[in-house]
Amino acid sequence: MKYKDYYGILGVAQNANVADIKKAYRKLAHKYHPDVSKEANAEQKFKEVAEAYETLKNPEKRAAYDQLGKHRPGEEFRPPPDWQQQHGAGSFSFEDFDLSDLFAGLRGGGARSRGRGSMAGEDYEVPVHLTLEDAFRGSEVELNLSMPEYNDQGLLRRVPQVFKTRIPKGVIDGQRLRVPGKGGKGFNGGRNGDLYLTIALHPHALFRVNGHDLYIDLPLAPWEAVLGTSVDVPTLSGAVRLKVPPGIQAGQKLRIAKRGLPKPHAGEGDLFALVQIAAPHVISERERALYQQLANISKFNPRGNFRQESRNESRTH
Amino acid sequence: MKVELTEISWRDAQQVLSLAQLAELSGLRETELRELVDCGVIDPIDRDAGEPSFRADCIFTMQTARRLHKDFELDAHGLTLALALLNRIQDLETQLSELRVQQPRRPRKKFLEE
Repeated sequence: MKYKDYYGILGVAQNANVADIKKAYRKLAHKYHPDVSKEANAEQKFKEVAEAYETLKNPEKRAAYDQLGKHRPGEEFRPPPDWQQQHGAGSFSFEDFDLSDLFAGLRGGGARSRGRGSMAGEDYEVPVHLTLEDAFRGSEVELNLSMPEYNDQGLLRRVPQVFKTRIPKGVIDGQRLRVPGKGGKGFNGGRNGDLYLTIALHPHALFRVNGHDLYIDLPLAPWEAVLGTSVDVPTLSGAVRLKVPPGIQAGQKLRIAKRGLPKPHAGEGDLFALVQIAAPHVISERERALYQQLANISKFNPRGNFRQESRNESRTH
Repeated sequence: MKVELTEISWRDAQQVLSLAQLAELSGLRETELRELVDCGVIDPIDRDAGEPSFRADCIFTMQTARRLHKDFELDAHGLTLALALLNRIQDLETQLSELRVQQPRRPRKKFLEE
């Protein structure tokens, strides 16, 4: 079992009183609570802080923790020989045991301690990373999880769980799916907790996702924008021919209906092609001459509004 | 090893939950949920109905409420404020992400030369 320095995690001295421990916990919880924090590793940090606080705020658990002695954080150690009997932790092996599991099962450790009534299992949330193609077609994912589970003595153990689940087509980024009964095991006849899968879509090389709608950049040559054209646009279900009207402007959106992600019951999102006007970086002498000829004869002024605005400005001053 | 296939139970915001179901799924007590209804944090589908029912997607807000209640010891008024602010952040993030996806990426030069 690896040692964790709960006082160090909370940044308090070993003789700190409960009020100081609570104050330190609150300060760190404000910083790292996963519901309010954007810090990197906020969830992991908060778990450490909450675990330290859970143990140190409870006088019995704190005394038991103090009796484990002082070790370096992460150092492998075993509690003193009579520690288990003294703190009602029962008899078990410490191999693959987490310090938090040890304290969760102690006397005075809360509602899940031995001899208490039934308790529902915890709900857990895990991210599931999918490609956009998986979200479009639906997929199956295999989950390898290590779930905390109470044994008959009311002690927590990590139990590996492997199962597959079907991800329905049309899930969107950030969506949460519930897998009933696959969370923590209930204790003493309590119902099992649920597992929530949070969908995280990998960025796609071509498409950007907004809910069920997709966006793709549609670069056009200057002459295509002026004259109009037809182009093949890739979609998740094969390319479609898109008619681009003459005189289209950069930033305009062309909607390709029902080529987005499928929606849960019926219908699909749309695909939007965002027009960009791309200028060639390298041109031949002939092209340059033709552009120059166009520049000489064209009356088009793309900055006509500048002149109008300057006139208005000078009138007001 | 044969791997068991487990079905997802719902993915649908349109599904309706009773107060008891919402309590079971969120981990909050029915009295706490009623208090949050009174504070306007969640809206029952029909306020005049004898027994309130809720849209299934409010479960995530209620799970957040349970975590904030447990981890910060917030009362119903504190929760109402925290959830309103989180909701506002969520709306702003959604707007930001909508604007981001509509922002064209700069085309890479090598593709323009092909």
